[in-house]
Amino acid sequence: MAETDIDALRVVGREIDGHVPDVAPALAWEDRLLHYNLVNPSNRRGFTIIVVGTGLAGAAAAAALGELGYNVEVFTYHDMPRRAHSVAAQGGVNSPRSRKVDNDSIERFVKDTIKGGDFRGREADAFRLGQEGVRVIDHMQAIGAPFAREYGGQLATRSFGGVQVSRTYYTRGQTGQQLEIASAHALSRQVAAGTCHLHARQEMLDLIVKDGRACGIVVRDLVSGAVRAMTAHAVILATGGYGNIYYKATLAKNSNATAIWRAHKRGAYFANPAFVQIHPTALPLMSQWQSKKILMSESLRNDGRIWAPKAKGDTRDPNAIPEDERDYFLERRYPAFGNLVPRDVASRNIRERIDAGYGVGPLANAVYLDFRDAIGRLGRSVVRERYSNLFDMYTEQTGEDPFTTPMRIAPSVHFTMGGLWSDFDMMTSIPGLFVGGECGWSYHGANRLGANSLLSGCVDGWFTLPYSVPNYLAGYLGEPVLPLDDPAVTETLAEVEARTQRLTANKGIHGPDYFAERLGGILDVYASVSRNPADLPGAIREIRALRDQFWREVKVIGTADRLNQELETAGRVADYLELAELLVLDALDRDESAGAHFRTDHVTPDGEAMRDDDHWTFVSAWQAPPTTGPGAGKPIRNYEPLVFTAVPLQQRNYK
Amino acid sequence: MRLILEVWRQASPQAQGHFEPYEIADAREEMSLLELLDRLNHQLIEANQDPVAFESDCREGICGTCGIDVNGTPHGPEDNVPACGQHVRSFHDGDTVRIEPFRAAGFTIIRDLIVDRTGLDRIIQAGGTVAVDAGTAMDADSVLVTHEQSEQALDFAACIGCGACVSACPNGAAYLFTGAKLKHLSLMPHGRMERGKRAVSMVAQMEHEFGPCSQIGECALACPAGVPLSAIATVNAERLRAMLRHRDN
Repeated sequence: MAETDIDALRVVGREIDGHVPDVAPALAWEDRLLHYNLVNPSNRRGFTIIVVGTGLAGAAAAAALGELGYNVEVFTYHDMPRRAHSVAAQGGVNSPRSRKVDNDSIERFVKDTIKGGDFRGREADAFRLGQEGVRVIDHMQAIGAPFAREYGGQLATRSFGGVQVSRTYYTRGQTGQQLEIASAHALSRQVAAGTCHLHARQEMLDLIVKDGRACGIVVRDLVSGAVRAMTAHAVILATGGYGNIYYKATLAKNSNATAIWRAHKRGAYFANPAFVQIHPTALPLMSQWQSKKILMSESLRNDGRIWAPKAKGDTRDPNAIPEDERDYFLERRYPAFGNLVPRDVASRNIRERIDAGYGVGPLANAVYLDFRDAIGRLGRSVVRERYSNLFDMYTEQTGEDPFTTPMRIAPSVHFTMGGLWSDFDMMTSIPGLFVGGECGWSYHGANRLGANSLLSGCVDGWFTLPYSVPNYLAGYLGEPVLPLDDPAVTETLAEVEARTQRLTANKGIHGPDYFAERLGGILDVYASVSRNPADLPGAIREIRALRDQFWREVKVIGTADRLNQELETAGRVADYLELAELLVLDALDRDESAGAHFRTDHVTPDGEAMRDDDHWTFVSAWQAPPTTGPGAGKPIRNYEPLVFTAVPLQQRNYK
Repeated sequence: MRLILEVWRQASPQAQGHFEPYEIADAREEMSLLELLDRLNHQLIEANQDPVAFESDCREGICGTCGIDVNGTPHGPEDNVPACGQHVRSFHDGDTVRIEPFRAAGFTIIRDLIVDRTGLDRIIQAGGTVAVDAGTAMDADSVLVTHEQSEQALDFAACIGCGACVSACPNGAAYLFTGAKLKHLSLMPHGRMERGKRAVSMVAQMEHEFGPCSQIGECALACPAGVPLSAIATVNAERLRAMLRHRDN
């Protein structure tokens, strides 16, 4: 790609500082804690903190700050806090408690996390994740999560992809549910105590910024349609990932990017938007009307063997395909790790087989995950004990029995490693605006390890933000929140009203879902498991054309002064149409392969992702385009250099 | 497959609702019931008509957001399966399927198929929680829990809070929901410290908003999480225990 192409699309900005203390990464968090400012208990109720989102990170941050005595205003678009999509995580939560004699340690956890993320995460943050992660299990167990126990009464653990130790704690196949409900109930306890005020069925539509500081949010009441502002001393976004930008992902239907995208447009930098994890084992689309994809836990790859027919377009019943006509392509290509290669490697290989014409199922869009050999080796009852809830879920969704017919699986967008950029204190580039959980970035680099997302939600919410937010607040003791008649508030409110008005007034021809589906199609072709730089400028043009078409042709039925799900969707899709361009631009700009970001022009001789550490060992922190001046309209790519001292840079190798 | 849907339409809590018939000419066996509603809404939007408001989120059976009565049964014809896991293959070509919101005195209809279930959350706020602040818990390995006890706790903790039990009950009772939480926390080491106090406060809140238990057991058949029917007995057992002991734990 010619250098000039990308320069026409973006401006290279400045180096930014992650504010990591200048000590060894293992000591950074301890050092930071020592230097944090505190707020006297009697002064805490004078501070108002807004928390948006009640998933693991949001519910936990709200509850913990409420327990400390702050006045917390909590917003969720759900009817109850417990519904947030953290609830759907299956496999488990990592914690380097290192009780077994398998030689686990915090250092090993950091190494796995950094290496798994292909050296594009912040090392000091990974240390904090491990160090605070040690006490996550204790707390979650105390507030109600019934972790699996061994017969001796101790906590049970299991192994997960990309690691060689057993550090994953679990509650059957519903660990996310138990952690989410325990945290949501801890929030309920603070609601009852009067420290947290819950605003359910209210969606954040904008961020209020005054003198460069985050001072509040604008929300829409999803039942009455009323739009109002609330101001505070600090705002925490814990609003999840943006994977639904691909239209059909494993995310919940309502998960969206509006809160973080609106914050980005108000000045928050967006880190590595192109780092999107495609999970290898989701249920394939079975019909046009299938509304989303459903994840089947990675743990299935422990005993299931992945294969495709050796012949293209083989439509025979899988059980009729003889052994020597089956291609166990992961075992063939990666003899050392076989079916347990990391998620990005597995997804890429499965997608390659499907695209090359070896896909199976009615839409030829899947490969097989076969338990025949495991059932033969272990017996039906052992396989049932290990995977019964997953097998039941598969049967519930497909009507087929994995005991007799191999599962059909296909890759699906699942998690976004990218998100709002934040410093070591989890504060974004807008002072007073903090992030927690998947809507941020940092730990997972270019690829997240299984069971590290529940951990990061818990650590951010329970054991990081309750330290770092007060440090910020301490500087504003005695200051009132921004008055609601301040121009910064009224202008933001007016902008939100105008956008809503524009959507409902448009007499278009297509519902918002029409555009979401087309946008997902563009991203799926050009910015999914692999990205060809020659195609990406065209993808940007397609996205821009679709965005123009959206504003010309979108149709929102009904008015804004009542419950209106079409209006909710339209606002979210409008934001996706902007974020998608930045995602593709980031994929074009990052002239290397790293983890889930696989560029077809940066491949090792044996077909793996090839990083360019000399030029790209940094996080891209995108700044919204200026409206005037020479770079008007072009996003600015700032960069925070990443330094690896505890885990030296090395090429990943799973062969 | 051709299906006739009779869908409850109601513009607001105060408005008069009614069943509206719709025809879906191209329903497919593999569609979930929620996807069937998606299909209907697609049709309505094409025809510039107001789509049916209904709730869903994870669409994989764990968030508890979806909830509709299908031919009078919460979630749909299959027992212990949420609406997102119920499929068109349960019906036959030409069938009429009646879809309405969860019906219970404790659930107000907000619009069409969406109801207000926050009464369940108020039962939790009344005491379905554990009074342990962040960072203060002791080592979880120093608290021994038997394998059996932890598995049993999870059987009850599995509740997804959808409210199907309330809708299934002729009295609109929330016994299965409340009993599941009482039982779950009574089996947890820290949860036991407030066992008596919790039973009194949660049951009082439950009785304030929901009806008395009918002891018939439709709730357990409807429950997508398979919460055992014994949860309804837990409510009175825990309340009686608290009355007799007069203690917090």
